[in-house]
This record gives sequence, C-alpha cells and structure tokens, in this order.
Amino acid sequence: MSGVRVLVGTRKGAFILTADGRRDKWDVAGPHFGGWEMYHLKGSPADPNRLYASQSSGWFGQTMQRSTDGGKTWETVGNKFAYDGATGTHQWYDGTPHPWEFKRVWHLEPSLTDPDTVYAGVEDAALFRSTDGGQSWSELPGLRTHGTGSKWQPGAGGLCLHTILLDPSQRDRMFIAISAAGAFRSDDGAKSWKPINKGLYSKYLPEPTAEVGHCVHRIAQHRARPNTLFMQKHWDVMRTDDAGDNWTKISGNLPTDFGFVIDVHAHEPETIYVVPIKSDSEHYPPDGKLRVYRSKTGGNEWEALTNGLPQEDCYVNVLRDAMAIDSLDSCGVYFGTTGGQVYASADAGNTWKAIVHDLPPVLSVEVQTTP
Amino acid sequence: MIRVELPAHLRTLAGVDGDVEVEVVGPVTQRTILDAVEAKYPALSGTMRDHITRARRPFLRFFACEQDLSHESPDAPLPDAVARGAEPFMVVGAIAGG
Repeated sequence: MSGVRVLVGTRKGAFILTADGRRDKWDVAGPHFGGWEMYHLKGSPADPNRLYASQSSGWFGQTMQRSTDGGKTWETVGNKFAYDGATGTHQWYDGTPHPWEFKRVWHLEPSLTDPDTVYAGVEDAALFRSTDGGQSWSELPGLRTHGTGSKWQPGAGGLCLHTILLDPSQRDRMFIAISAAGAFRSDDGAKSWKPINKGLYSKYLPEPTAEVGHCVHRIAQHRARPNTLFMQKHWDVMRTDDAGDNWTKISGNLPTDFGFVIDVHAHEPETIYVVPIKSDSEHYPPDGKLRVYRSKTGGNEWEALTNGLPQEDCYVNVLRDAMAIDSLDSCGVYFGTTGGQVYASADAGNTWKAIVHDLPPVLSVEVQTTP
Repeated sequence: MIRVELPAHLRTLAGVDGDVEVEVVGPVTQRTILDAVEAKYPALSGTMRDHITRARRPFLRFFACEQDLSHESPDAPLPDAVARGAEPFMVVGAIAGG
C-alpha cells in the first residue's frame, strides 16, 4: 500500500511524519538537528529517498544537509553560497541602497529528473544550483542581475526567494517568487528572466502597478496545466492562465485575502486551497477560527473547511512554505502552524486531524507519496 | 596538539563528543587554528567565520586564558599556553534567547 512521508521544518529542528495510505496513524521521528532553524526540507522527485534540508542558525549561519535514505540518516554537504561577481545593491527598508548579503536558504527545489541537481532560493534574493548533490553551489546570476534588482526591497521577513516552480512540460521554463520583488519567469534554463507581475496591484507601492516591488507570498502550479499559476500575494489571491503574462484577482468571497500559503489539488487543477489570515499586522485567522478555504472553480467562489480545525480562540499563523498536497487517489492536504500543529486531511480538505499538536513553530511542510 | 572547545551544536555537527584537537604548523593564531579545525571537520566550514569575508560570526566569541580575544587580529599570536595545549581555545556562542 502506498504511504506518505511528511517533512516538517520548524524553528527548532526537523520532523518526519509517516503513515500508510489511510493516513490515520502516524509515526513521528525527530527532532533532527534539534535547536536549528529548519527552513525547508524537500525530496527529489527522481529519487524519493534523496532529501535535502536547509539548516540555519543565528549563531552558526547556514549549513546544508542531505539524506539518501529518506531522512533516517543525514550528511552535511556544502554551505558556501557566493554571489557571482559584483553584488551591487537592492533597496533597504528605508529606500536607501543596501549591498546584497547572503543570509540563509529559504527554499530547496530538487530537479524533476536528476537527484543530484537541486535549486536553492536564498536571502538576499538569488537563485543557486547544485549539480553534485549539494556539495557545491553556484549562483544562476541572470535573475539577480537582469535589471530590476536595484529596485527590490525586503519584506518584513527579509529579501527572500521563497518559491521555485520547475515547469514539468518545458524543461527550460521555471518560475520564482521573491518578497518583495514579485514573480519572475525564465524560458531558457534560468539564463534570463522576465518579471511577470502585470495585473498585480500593491497599494504600499508609490506606483501600485509597478513592474517589480510586489510582495508575493507564494505561487502554485498544477502539473497538468503549467500555464496556470495561482498566487497568494501580501493581499489578494490571483491567477494567471498565460504563464504569468497577465494576472487576475480571484479573492471572491474570502473573508480576507491576506495570507501566505496557496496550493492546488493533486488531481483537480481548478481546486485550490488558501488559509486566510486577518491582516498584515494581525497574523492570525479572522475571528479566532482556523479555516482552510477551498475553491473548486479556480477561485472567486470559496468554501470554508472547518471540520476538525479549531473554531475558537485560535491565533496561529500558517507560513508560506507550510502547506503541501500528496498525490494519492484521495488527495491529502497538509499544513503546519506557528503554534506547532501539523494538520492533515485525507479527503481533500473535507475533514482534518492534527498529526502533531506541540512542535516548535512550523516553517515548512512538504509531503512525499511513497511506494 | 591544540585543544579547541566548541559549542554543543558545533560538536554535534562535527560528530565529536568533547574538545577537538588539531595540529598547527607555524604561528598559532585564531586564523591558523580555525583553518585547522575546518580542514579536519569540513562540516564546520562557514559556521564560525563567514565563508566569503572570513569574519567571525557576530554571535560567536573567541576566549582563551581568561581573555576575550574576539576583537584581536585573526593573525595575532595566541597565548603560549594555547600553543602548548595547556589551555583550550574556546569558541563560545553568545548567550541569547530564542
């Protein structure tokens, strides 16, 4: 019977949660790397037992970990992230120029075909790649140097490249997103990049429809429709059907369209999930009710999913990398909270159950479907 | 041999239980000790000094012989007791919560 492996990164270590395909009984392993901030863990689609993990600390900086046995054991790999050439400046919070400085790896995206190739999205925003299983890293400088970099500015969490989508239908196409710069697309294997932010409106910018400067929190894609992307922006939930050339707002009847996560059902490309958060200064659910909202129409019409989720006195947040979808026939949906809960639904969101209640604040959740 | 005392998290990362010992050829300085530690335990590269600038990570301090040497030149000779292995070179994590 197929099973699932949920990879959870927290402020104080990593946890691996496993279950069979019924997803009702869970084994919890961890903490791995106790005491370290685990921003993201992700497995290779080409070799599910090959995992990569970003391990960092305010004291000791960035380190990287790799597993070849599904997370039972780990080995430290390369952690040298050197920007390519002159770094130049981006905007600081006050609008003054600020030199690019490497701080941490926010997101890891293993290649769809090669277990030894993995992309890393870092703060200050840049894209790196390893082709030797994480031993060495090289910047793909076309993104940072493509021309608008001097206008990028950090969001409250830093100038982070947090989303990397590898297009399954076009080998050389990829999408990334940066807070607070926006979304970008490459059609030539990350050599050159184009801002894809037309249709975004950000009232905190002097020019609300500017080419860059938008605080994109997350973008998601369904493999069957690679030209359709869904976006949770600082405010606004958006979609594009032309690979980012034009975006339209699909917030519809959401109680608030601020939030961090967004994801797509594994088998229904028009079924999407968000977790509305009250506001950009009140990072908790409206009315103290933790609700996932699902749209089966690709946006605009949303239904609240509450069965099994706390509906009173709940004031947690769900961070941008903390939702994941499995690919079992009955699609599983997972998300983690800053209160240390990881919730799972084995029926596409109709009912929920906490796998764990009391982890450190959850930074990221990924899921693998295992044989 | 020179003794180096590491914070607990770096001992875990290096896979050691206690102090580590390294051999330094030539002048015994912060730089030569840390170079030797990183050569013997590659997992520690970049964790005590920035990979690019080689600057001490701001939340780490270097102590020896009841002195704070953090702000000394990385190329300044360390006390003879460190060079002889009588006293450890201490890498200390700042006391900070979170």
